[in-house]
Amino acid sequence: MADKLRAQQQLEALQARYIGIGSADTTKHEWTSNIARDSLSSYIGHPPMLQYMSIGLGQPREKTRVQLLERMIQPVGPPPKVSWDIRRA
Amino acid sequence: MSLFSTMSLYALTVKQPSATQDAISGDFLGNGKQQILTANGSRLAILEVSRRQKGFQEIYSQDVFGIIRRIAKFRLAGGTKDFIVITTDSGRLVTYEYMPEEHQFRTIHFETFGKSGIRRVVPGEYLAVDPKGRAIMVASTEKNKLVYILTRSGQTRIAISSPLEAHKPMTLVYCLIGLDVGYDNPMFAALELDYSNAEADPTGEAYHELKKELVYYELDLGLNHIVRKWSEPVDRTAHALFRVPGGPNAPSGVLCCGEDNISYRRIFNKSSSVHRLAIPRREGATEDPNRKRIIVTGTLYTLKGGEFFYLLQTDDGDVFKLTVDVRSAVVWNIKIKYFDTIPIATSICILRAGFVYAACESGDRVLYELESLGEETEDPVFESTQFPVDPLADYAPPFFQPRSLVNLTPVETIPSLNPIMDMEVSNPAMEDAPQVYTVNGAGGRSSFRTTRNALEVLDLIESPLPQTASHVWTTKLTVEDETDTLIILCLHSRTLVLKIGDDVEEASNTGFMAETNTLGVQQFGEDCVIQIHPKGIRHIQGIQFPDGDAAAVNVSLTDWHPPAHRTIVACATNNRQVAIALSSGQILYFECDSDGSLAMAEEEVILDSTINCLAIPDVPEGSVRAIFMAVGCSDQTVRIYNLSPDMEGNILRSISVQGLSSPPSGLTINYMSDKSPRGYSQYLHIGLRSGVYIRSALDEMTGDIGDTRRRFLGPEPITFARVNAAGEPAVLAMTSRPWLAYTHPRTAVLQLTPVNYIPFKSAWNFEGSAFKGIICVSASELRIFTFNDLHDNTTYEAIALKYTPRKLVGNHELGVFYVIESENNTMSAGTRKGLIDQSRAQENGVDGTMNPEQTNGDMLNGHGADELPPAEFGYPRAQGRWASCIQVVDPVSEKAVVHTVELEENKSAVSAAMVYFESRPEDICLAVGTAKDLRFTPYKYSTASIQLYKISPNGRELELLHETEVPEPPLALLAFKGKLIAGIGSDLALYDCGMRSLLRKAMTPNCVPTRITGLKTQGSRLVVSDQAQSVTYVVHKDQVHPNRLIPFADDTVARHTTCTDMLDYETTVGGDKFGNIWLVRCPAKVSEASDESPDGLNLLQDKGYLGGTANRLDLVSHYFANDIPVAIQRTILLSGGERVIFWAGLQGTLGALIPFSSRRQHKMFQQLELQLRIDDTPLSGRDHLAFRSYFTPIKSFIDGDLIERFLVLSRDKRESIVGHLTGNWTSEMVDEAIWNMRGLYAF
Repeated sequence: MADKLRAQQQLEALQARYIGIGSADTTKHEWTSNIARDSLSSYIGHPPMLQYMSIGLGQPREKTRVQLLERMIQPVGPPPKVSWDIRRA
Repeated sequence: MSLFSTMSLYALTVKQPSATQDAISGDFLGNGKQQILTANGSRLAILEVSRRQKGFQEIYSQDVFGIIRRIAKFRLAGGTKDFIVITTDSGRLVTYEYMPEEHQFRTIHFETFGKSGIRRVVPGEYLAVDPKGRAIMVASTEKNKLVYILTRSGQTRIAISSPLEAHKPMTLVYCLIGLDVGYDNPMFAALELDYSNAEADPTGEAYHELKKELVYYELDLGLNHIVRKWSEPVDRTAHALFRVPGGPNAPSGVLCCGEDNISYRRIFNKSSSVHRLAIPRREGATEDPNRKRIIVTGTLYTLKGGEFFYLLQTDDGDVFKLTVDVRSAVVWNIKIKYFDTIPIATSICILRAGFVYAACESGDRVLYELESLGEETEDPVFESTQFPVDPLADYAPPFFQPRSLVNLTPVETIPSLNPIMDMEVSNPAMEDAPQVYTVNGAGGRSSFRTTRNALEVLDLIESPLPQTASHVWTTKLTVEDETDTLIILCLHSRTLVLKIGDDVEEASNTGFMAETNTLGVQQFGEDCVIQIHPKGIRHIQGIQFPDGDAAAVNVSLTDWHPPAHRTIVACATNNRQVAIALSSGQILYFECDSDGSLAMAEEEVILDSTINCLAIPDVPEGSVRAIFMAVGCSDQTVRIYNLSPDMEGNILRSISVQGLSSPPSGLTINYMSDKSPRGYSQYLHIGLRSGVYIRSALDEMTGDIGDTRRRFLGPEPITFARVNAAGEPAVLAMTSRPWLAYTHPRTAVLQLTPVNYIPFKSAWNFEGSAFKGIICVSASELRIFTFNDLHDNTTYEAIALKYTPRKLVGNHELGVFYVIESENNTMSAGTRKGLIDQSRAQENGVDGTMNPEQTNGDMLNGHGADELPPAEFGYPRAQGRWASCIQVVDPVSEKAVVHTVELEENKSAVSAAMVYFESRPEDICLAVGTAKDLRFTPYKYSTASIQLYKISPNGRELELLHETEVPEPPLALLAFKGKLIAGIGSDLALYDCGMRSLLRKAMTPNCVPTRITGLKTQGSRLVVSDQAQSVTYVVHKDQVHPNRLIPFADDTVARHTTCTDMLDYETTVGGDKFGNIWLVRCPAKVSEASDESPDGLNLLQDKGYLGGTANRLDLVSHYFANDIPVAIQRTILLSGGERVIFWAGLQGTLGALIPFSSRRQHKMFQQLELQLRIDDTPLSGRDHLAFRSYFTPIKSFIDGDLIERFLVLSRDKRESIVGHLTGNWTSEMVDEAIWNMRGLYAF
């Protein structure tokens, strides 16, 4: 029992420290948003990748960077409506 | 079973990436001058700009083996030198000091804060430093921020605190700067956006109500913690911050830039004290007056006396000068004025010396000289009083007229291949070695470049001769002379003497024997000159030109004649010694007597074979004679004789013999700088008749030959001339073309580079009063040239292109290239012309109807109607529009674009291939894939087609035959078995040419999972690359009707393939979008089975495996290159070289992958790499093995860039590393092995 509690605490500590660590209750929206945000920040962070995309779009790197950051706010659309009984369950 | 893999490659960077990630100016040397620190790819470099040299000089550069993300500088109070702080993908904060004496970076701090790699929450994306150097803040794109406090402990040590955290979850950071607050507590300002509200709102309304905030973080130095002090909402589009100077009598605060918005905000602002400017827009017929600009980069510059201004660049490239009206530390007004237009830059640095350095996003980096600060120009000035604080309120947008440079003058450019869009290595110019053809750049600055391995020379003099000359010498008259006085030319059985004065004229009465060939000329003894000719030696004493004219006086002549029936065939001389070889195989030796006359030695050498060449080094300083003589004999040997008496008092004793592979044709001995403790050593250079060049160290005491380097230079016998190149002793080797053997200024190893000059057969060092250089004769021309810089061993030729090039197709027989170009979000040429014509007509009053939406006509003036040159100003933008064309480039004879075909109707070219159709044997065709109304994210288009152009017989004209509509954009085209194969979306289709359209002969729907982006072929096999799913091997079966294209093998890893090439029938090398290079191979059994049946029924019956084809490819090797490979090719690079894999990266990297041929060498390199990883850990703090295994573990690759670090390590470190190698390696042998890997395969 103590082990279980400890594991639970460790998981919580990790969840607080690193974003994107899931749990049994992670929804599809949370999961996909996380992946999309990770990808977008990787595009911003790797200079050759940002340049590659900027050339494709025909715009300066700064503009592409800001566009990608804007997309990180809500990468896969708004969260789904949570119906009352799911919340109860 | 062997534990070794069957293949191993040596990855060598031939040309470093030139895309600048960041550039800052500062005093990193601590000498009171300013330098520029740039980060390109994984390389840090310090550049010095000097007014004296009118340009750049790279002081130091080093590969840090990590992805550099940001660089910054800091200087502690009382310091005299800027220190460097960088963030990379290492998860560490590393700070350096540059040590000018040792030529290296010294790591000061090395603080681990997170995981390695570029991740969303690991800080490193943003880096800000307190202007007083008291604290550093690093932030990630989301959530995490860390602050380090720097303090001085003792005189020199700088202590760093453990990090303080300022995390805020669900918050994105757009920009981070350190504020200037004088000596108050350090403050940082960040642009943040908290998205937590939108995350919980299913209606999607909260998303639109999110606010961007300007947040101030204060570091309380007393309490040692960081607080989020203040935040205020700013414009939703804001994305950049600039620091405003603070301290006493300065306002402090930030400039916050967004779309059409530059606002000044004070610290702890009241909304009333915000000052806002709109960003002026371009005026012109082709400009959309409603388009808003953003600021992409900028810089603050503080003048002496505390005044300051900003240069801010918009996304068009226009630079504005922003000034702030400060009255008693309060901002009253901010003003903006057009400054000049320069190419879009990632960083702009203003140097105190009056230079502006622009690290351009594409194309050459430019250095400008600041002519004025833009106060005199008549451009309109806009003030913040004109604009409302709220950017959403109404205001009259400001306009200006772009014009050519007034305040800046370009001084110098650093050639840069960045970005390379496509590359091909070929030899249409029919030179010794192939050339590298690349298409580079983006937008109006696009270019087609030819890169050659050659040294750039500066041509000084070129003058015709009356007759073809075979040899040239220059000579002084006395030993004290500083400069050369005479030029002696050997014409056909005649000798011509020229005197160098104010101009060069023929000298008379010099005593030289005119009616003979000359073999050698030497200033001898105090004031004599000797001329060696086949029939003897003429000794001329005291040549003088008393009146400054060309007639000499006071000449006393002595002639020496060889024994009867013998002629002189070769000679070697220095100031005090002469050796001649006779046709009988005798070598006679003379020394300078006390009166300057020739004294023949009693000893002589008699050889059985004929003597081809002789060499004596110059008299070493402080000695009376050189110690050794080298003799090249036709029995394929070089023998060394002593010239100074040995223990028994004998001279001309054979010391050593070296056997050669071919008779020697040239010999010379000189001193060259190297890595020896003394800094230079004596070297023997041997040129063979077969065109092989050999350089060996010649021991000064013993005469032993060792440390040999060999290389094939050209298919003709080699002769030498000792010269001075850029102040260093070097040897010019002349064969089918001239080469220079010199010591590389940075690595101090031997470098052999062809000279970018016409071929010549004779050259000599030239030291005039006005200039120093090399004199050479080529046919009937006399030329003098010089070398300026020995750092760069490549030369470039650029031809301007119209739009961003996408693909290069070479027609090698005719020496032309076809380039398809397209430009996204840009007005097409037709529309531009239409708008300009319309506005002209309006101006002339012909057309009365005004259309302000399109033309903004009422603001036009005289020169507004002309199109701005796109190389400087870019193209007018238009959302969703494409400008595209096909250009024919002739880089060989005309060196220009010879033909242009514009694509109309918003079509853009996406692929091209040169095709010979079996059904149209008389023509060559160019197939071009086009897409109409193409858009990305999401991928959309209205129609797509393949256009077929007929290429004229000379290759220079294109004529449209027909256009065939296809269902999806054809991103890949390839000539295949007399037909055209095309990747149409995910379908692979085979087309033949018909009268009015292409005719589909075979098709495999859904051949690959995503989209076909590339095709390569050998025989019946096709390698099809997919945009996201690696490569698929497809076999074509033409024995059945309809033909079948059957995919039979694919890959296990989803590689976002950018380029591929087939190495052999089974193996493919490719690159992907994440910067990896990989080799995959089809298993032998699968490969055989695919070609077994003529109809491919066995393949069709194979069941697919896990949603793919029935078989899988094996991974052979894998490497992370940190640059996106855009083209890869199996080719030779040097004349007589072996085949290597050559690749080009987007950021301007050119690299070679060289297969190992010897297991012993491979083992040594493996051990050396391992040892270097431990003993020379990368500067970035990144683990080298982890860096090269960034996405997938490195396999069967050795990093040549790391290996070459061995060359620049200190002597004891080298020895300790070599001590760890098994197999009796010495550091000289390791040096030679490293040299051979570069010298024999690449450059």
